[in-house]
Amino acid sequence: MVLDCKHVWDQISNYIEGEVPLEMRAAIEAHLAHCRHCAAVLDSTRNILILIADDRTFELPVGYSARLHARVQQELAAAG
Amino acid sequence: MTEETQSATGPDPVSRDAELIARVLAGERELFHELIRPYEKSVYLAAFSILQNQQDAEDAAQEAVLKALKNLGDFRAESKFSTWLISIAINEARARLRHARVLRFESVDEPAKDDDGSFVPALIRDWREVPSQALERKELRELLQSAIGGLPEMYREVLLLRDVEEMNIADTAAALGVSEGVVKTRLLRARLMMQKILAPQLASKSSRGGLFGLFRSKAGGSWF
Ligand SMILES: [Zn+2]
Repeated sequence: MVLDCKHVWDQISNYIEGEVPLEMRAAIEAHLAHCRHCAAVLDSTRNILILIADDRTFELPVGYSARLHARVQQELAAAG
Repeated sequence: MTEETQSATGPDPVSRDAELIARVLAGERELFHELIRPYEKSVYLAAFSILQNQQDAEDAAQEAVLKALKNLGDFRAESKFSTWLISIAINEARARLRHARVLRFESVDEPAKDDDGSFVPALIRDWREVPSQALERKELRELLQSAIGGLPEMYREVLLLRDVEEMNIADTAAALGVSEGVVKTRLLRARLMMQKILAPQLASKSSRGGLFGLFRSKAGGSWF
């Protein structure tokens, strides 16, 4: 199986998930070994996903948890 | 995914939740606080992915949690409690968004279509890793947040749940009320869109040494 770049991009998300069949995986890896662009697309995408999954990227508003539990407590008290 | 669920040394989250739910329903209502604690951040981020505003997202998250409390007796164990809770938050946020649009006289009924056309990512020649320590820089966090904020809603939702919250594909699909195939299609597009927006910006910043140079030089390297 020989892939062009476009086919690799179409599979890149599933590839990252580890969800491509063996034969396709081998074809993608063969392509990546000689295509610098696709290798860089894969590396940059993976890198970006690691950064956005980091706990520091999205922080909760200050006091969110305290306000939430205060509201829950109010509701519990009201319901008796 | 939160630290609380991962670091738990006790029972797995599903049986932990099942036990807490049973006890809350049996009258130990204060335990509801413990039940929701591991999912607070996910609830907020799910609402934020739709509303794109801290205050609105917090209001929707609170409302969703109160609805979960009120309707806890309706929860059925076929789904995970976390997925159920997050789907309530998503529905709450969507309802608020629709309401806000009606008030602004914007059209409400234009369901976005999944675009099957192929998408061209940013073609770069090589990639220099941006280390996670660089997230200490506010500039980088804002860059990532604004890239996600710029995605169309349906792509933002899957990206937030799957790649920020790290829910699995099945739970993401259940929370959003779509099929797993739809999640995968949207995820591909969302990830490539992020790469297209961010890769050139990150590459230029790191090669100028501006954004990440500090960390490199601290580490003793002279990469730039
Ligand atoms: Zn290629």
